[in-house]
Amino acid sequence: MLHVAVEIPYWGQSLLRVLGGIAAVLLPAGTIVYLFLFKMMSFMQSRLGPMEAGPFGSMQLFAEVGKWLQKEDIIPENADERIYKMAPIIVLVSTFLLVVVVPFGPDAWFTNFSAGVFYALAIGSVSVIGILVAGWSSANKYSLLGGLRAAGQLIAYELPMVLAVVGVVIQAGSMNLQDIVVAQNTGSIFGWDGIGFPFVITQFLGFLIFMIAVQAELTQVPFDMPIAESELVSGYMTEYSGFRFLIFFIGEFATAGVFAFIASVLFLGGWGVPFAWFGWDSLDQVDNWMNIGGPLIMLTKMMVLTGIIMWVRFSYPRFREDQLQRFAWKVLIPLSLANIAVTAIVKVAI
Amino acid sequence: MPKVPGLVKGLGVTMGTLFRTVKEGADTVQYPHAKEAPPVRARGVIALREDNCTACMLCARSCPDWCIYIEGHKQLAPPRRAGGKPRQVNHLDRFDIDYALCMYCGICVEVCPFDALFWSPEYEYSEPKIADLLHDKTKLGEWMETVPEAPELEAGAEKKK
Repeated sequence: MLHVAVEIPYWGQSLLRVLGGIAAVLLPAGTIVYLFLFKMMSFMQSRLGPMEAGPFGSMQLFAEVGKWLQKEDIIPENADERIYKMAPIIVLVSTFLLVVVVPFGPDAWFTNFSAGVFYALAIGSVSVIGILVAGWSSANKYSLLGGLRAAGQLIAYELPMVLAVVGVVIQAGSMNLQDIVVAQNTGSIFGWDGIGFPFVITQFLGFLIFMIAVQAELTQVPFDMPIAESELVSGYMTEYSGFRFLIFFIGEFATAGVFAFIASVLFLGGWGVPFAWFGWDSLDQVDNWMNIGGPLIMLTKMMVLTGIIMWVRFSYPRFREDQLQRFAWKVLIPLSLANIAVTAIVKVAI
Repeated sequence: MPKVPGLVKGLGVTMGTLFRTVKEGADTVQYPHAKEAPPVRARGVIALREDNCTACMLCARSCPDWCIYIEGHKQLAPPRRAGGKPRQVNHLDRFDIDYALCMYCGICVEVCPFDALFWSPEYEYSEPKIADLLHDKTKLGEWMETVPEAPELEAGAEKKK
């Protein structure tokens, strides 16, 4: 699949894909944790954050990981042991499965589904199973309540997310993420093709709804009812310690990064630069260097979007459970339905 | 919808604080490298002026945690005036405060009728062993050097005779 001079054998391609997938999940997770969770949050609270481990505390994450790996792996006596052990892995694997459809360049993709959007949204909800399972198997009332809250919340916010994406799919005329990127970068605004045609312009409402739903899917702060530390200790994560907690922790921030990747593909033009800049007409004419440049562009967009997610997280207090549900069912879902209707009518009319 | 301006304002507050921290530095102090000067009347450690102590036990009895240990004995001191009777005084043999128990309520300082106990703002005396937190009267006496001057009385306050 790769247009490089040397023909890479199938096992080599597979190895590259696996390594690339690990990099695409863990690299953003580490960067998000250091840059936003450690530093941005600290600065927003007028303190410096970790400063001792490495220059400006940049090695803090390794220190934390080392600490977690040393901790005792505690399994509650009444817990359903095998399922209890499986739960964090389900959550992390769903993240890896999610990054699989994200295109990072003209040829730099893991798989190229024609129904990529459908797959991404379906796999995005698999983590709910992991969370629910973690809550049930812990044999702890806080965990159970946290798991149930998580399930209720994630199901409620899955819907506006799906519906918000439908607007993009209608406009692009494809469910393939690669096609959506191409559609945004070959488009033009009233004949002017200086910035292509990122769907955030016409689908701004959809973008807003999608980002709010992502915030809820990630259980980041205004929507952190499932782990609400002042009510449920730590929700479904209460009983987890050591490296199992670490996996949940990585999963949370890796998923934030991957959802930001998907949002930038759907709304911000993905890996592409406007094709008109270099005189490309279609995907086949895109130069090979975009396989290197594309991931960097994606990384930049991902950092901006996760920055916004974290900024919101550090600014707002938590919703109450009923407010949270009301907001999803009475505000976001009607709005996204209206968005679909308007987009469809305009699409047919033009 | 009417809540949107407030939400935007909230985002502005956190971002404003971020830029202020970048430009003017944080409100916090990087402790082991830089130290914060505690206020003059901070309750750091209790210092003992041994000469003033009469081993009257008021502090030990008023201590809620029973963390003050006092032992003393009676002895004769030379008379005040020539030809007078020798005085009987309490001599302080032991005065220990166990800072592993102390809850820094300051009742002992308040209750002392002879101005033998003082608050010092010094706070760096943690120990690897809990038993070392028992400060004897020599160590408590050394803290006297760190006791700040008593602040000026307020205007119109009753002067001590």
